[in-house]
Amino acid sequence: MDQLTNYTLFLADNALIMGHRNSEWCGHGPILEQDIAISNIALDLIGQARNFYQYAATLIDNNATEDSLAYLRDAKEYKNCLLVEQPNADWAQTVLKQFFFSTYQYYLYQQLQNNNDEQLKAIAAKALKEVTYHVRWSSEWVIRLGDGTEESKKRLLKAVDELWMFTGELFEPASYELNINIDFIFLKENWNKKIRSVFEEATIDVPAETSWYQSGGKIGNHSEHLGFILAEMQFLQRAYPNSEW
Amino acid sequence: MITIRKFYYGDYGESKNGAADISSTNEAKKEWPLWEVFIRSKQGLDHKHAGSLHAADAAMAIENARDVYTRRMEGVSIWVVESKHIHASNPDDANAMYDPANDKAYRHPTFYNLPDAVKHM
Repeated sequence: MDQLTNYTLFLADNALIMGHRNSEWCGHGPILEQDIAISNIALDLIGQARNFYQYAATLIDNNATEDSLAYLRDAKEYKNCLLVEQPNADWAQTVLKQFFFSTYQYYLYQQLQNNNDEQLKAIAAKALKEVTYHVRWSSEWVIRLGDGTEESKKRLLKAVDELWMFTGELFEPASYELNINIDFIFLKENWNKKIRSVFEEATIDVPAETSWYQSGGKIGNHSEHLGFILAEMQFLQRAYPNSEW
Repeated sequence: MITIRKFYYGDYGESKNGAADISSTNEAKKEWPLWEVFIRSKQGLDHKHAGSLHAADAAMAIENARDVYTRRMEGVSIWVVESKHIHASNPDDANAMYDPANDKAYRHPTFYNLPDAVKHM
């Protein structure tokens, strides 16, 4: 597979796995209104994933479809970053994960909407509106919890502790990211700037730049958590191939 | 899990169930207040009551309203107001308040002869 195909799958996998994690909250949200909010975000992300998979399928053209790409690839072939596959813990960890990821998507899509590839460009431009809202929604929550009660702050700090090590990978380009015309310095600086300003409002500290970071997801080396997501997501399609309803 | 209790609006019933009364209890401090949502469906039209929801403050109420009431392109503008600020007439007073208007047909402007030049009335 060429770089563009791999890159398109990378974008799709990120959106699908993050969307799937959010969908796990459906019916379990802390309050009805937030249950709807996070399910909306899940649907937005799965919609983005579909657009990218459909495009990837046309690039592969070996009877590939959006469904075969989502349901019939194994964990090793998935290229999503480790951040999105991390299991949901409490609400603080969930909204922080969303904030880290949406801010990353925001600055990435901003660049992609000017890409030479017409399809990537169009999908990114459309998705950017959704992501703008995701950033707004998740930053609000980070600020609320950080600058909230003693308990909410404690939980948010614990989430920062748990998730920060997965943020470094976002800015370490995999080989298929190198010819897509993404400015990783711009991406990282803007991401950091946004995190700093929201954390400041949330009255919490940003961990040191020199922290140790996990990586590997982009090239298929995943944590054990991805296998469980895929098992749940792919079971039906693998047990009853091509079933429809 | 936050338990949700739907409060009545306005003045009546406040001594039993109203927002003002319950806000002083410990239980109420864990609950988010109720907000009324008004949506403008397109420019030039007025905001119409769409429903209500719970939120911790006005900013969250607007975001919740966006997620709950505008998912299917229902609106271009949102107003929210905390339900406790809405004062309502008492349903028990309905007889005295509204029935007297029942037999006053002469209050409708249907008894005037309009000149033909006046259209669209």
